[in-house]
Amino acid sequence: MSEQVSVMTGNEAAATAAKLARVQVIAAYPITPQSPVVEQLAAWVESGELPAEFVAVESEHSAMTVCIGASTVGARTFTATSANGLAYMTEQVWWAPGARLPIVMCIANRAMAAPWNVLNDQQDSMSVRDAGWVQLYCRTNQEILDTTVQAYRIAERLHLPVMVCYDGFLLSHTMMPVAVPTAEEIDSFLPPFTEPFTVVDVDDPRNIGPVVIADPRADETGVVRGGYMEIRAMHHRALLEALDVIVETDDEYAAAVGRAWGGLTWEYLLDDAEVVLVAAGSLGTQATVTVEALRAEGIKAGVLGIRAYRPFPVEALRDKLAGRKLALVFDKALSYGYEGPICSDLRGSLLGVEGAPAVFGAVCGLGGREVTPDHLADATRRAIADLEAGARTRETDWINLHLDGE
Amino acid sequence: MSEISMSRPAVGEAGRTGEWRNSRPVVDPSKCLAVRQGKVTCQICWAYCPDGCIAQGVGPVIDLTYCKGCGICAEECPAKAIEMQPEATHGVCAIDEDEEVAR
Repeated sequence: MSEQVSVMTGNEAAATAAKLARVQVIAAYPITPQSPVVEQLAAWVESGELPAEFVAVESEHSAMTVCIGASTVGARTFTATSANGLAYMTEQVWWAPGARLPIVMCIANRAMAAPWNVLNDQQDSMSVRDAGWVQLYCRTNQEILDTTVQAYRIAERLHLPVMVCYDGFLLSHTMMPVAVPTAEEIDSFLPPFTEPFTVVDVDDPRNIGPVVIADPRADETGVVRGGYMEIRAMHHRALLEALDVIVETDDEYAAAVGRAWGGLTWEYLLDDAEVVLVAAGSLGTQATVTVEALRAEGIKAGVLGIRAYRPFPVEALRDKLAGRKLALVFDKALSYGYEGPICSDLRGSLLGVEGAPAVFGAVCGLGGREVTPDHLADATRRAIADLEAGARTRETDWINLHLDGE
Repeated sequence: MSEISMSRPAVGEAGRTGEWRNSRPVVDPSKCLAVRQGKVTCQICWAYCPDGCIAQGVGPVIDLTYCKGCGICAEECPAKAIEMQPEATHGVCAIDEDEEVAR
């Protein structure tokens, strides 16, 4: 049997991927715009189509806690959330990577309250970028399906949890054709997970995740065990290793299923581009339309899309951007009191690199504010004018903002 | 080196927690019910110690290497036979430095 193409939402693509991955435990609490992911999975579990445990919990904190417990005994687990649900989950969001559990969580990106807002931006997942998860951002529903399946392979190779992020409503509730791989294709790509770090054995009981003292210390058998810093250093090393594993996994997926998504980054009309629009998620897709329009005006513009935001693909970005004139970063999030998170990360990674472009930041789309290719084009023309006027840095440009009723 | 925090249950697995103590339990045998009755009775201090530092017996034996000085035994003793005394009155926490495990 070959791949079937179905028309489905991003949420259905995420649920389909979890089913294809043969997840064993799902725990979730409803929140817009994520809810249809786990509603679909619950329906499949109820009908018997998906032989998994669906644990209905009373909060996102408990959803992640159930995933942590199930993953600790070696089960393949899944959850999904958005915005305030992710924030409520935060304590356990930190536990999962520290305990090196290969949990996969989809984030249908949504604005953080207050003021209350259910629409898209990327502030939610950006706010936990430092927790030690792999974070991948998707631009289409097909990429959501493929990336969620890939996420299990990445997670289980490295013993790290993976967040698959996609824009709420713009992808989560938008229908697109999605090719669904066969169960055989995914089974060959993603074998069962058999090697958890943790051991649960009634004949050989362990303390799992006991307190560690500041310094390394010998255990009861005389073997020196790491202190907090050693365990965290190994965690960090695994995340850096993900830079290779994400690319390898994308290649393996291409061999098994016939599609790849660029690994760490993706690009459009980048070869000869002097001005590079940088974005994560569906905003990057918008930017592809923008650069076509800019090229019609004689501006050599291209797009560099961030697929892996954590680990941050420093070398790949240096390679792609050295020799350009300008990198204009469009963030759908803000580190309040500073600037967009991708913008500052990118500027830092290019510091001291020969031929590095000027890096300007723009913030857009917060709380679902409309961003059109024209908005991005106007912002790019402003940035080019600033650069030609001699600016090497400047304040963050707010796109489509209307203060004072203007 | 293990990539996660995991251990087998064993004495001292959480470190020499007696170093944390700022007051210590001191037993007055003349008040202890077990001592007065000359048999293994009462044992409430043993039952309540959250760290398993008290051995059962005719009069409790408290392992000061691991006793954190929480004072629960003194609080629970029905005969008021255990008094929490500031470590300062005993000098420096008396742990044999030769027992210090490898670092």
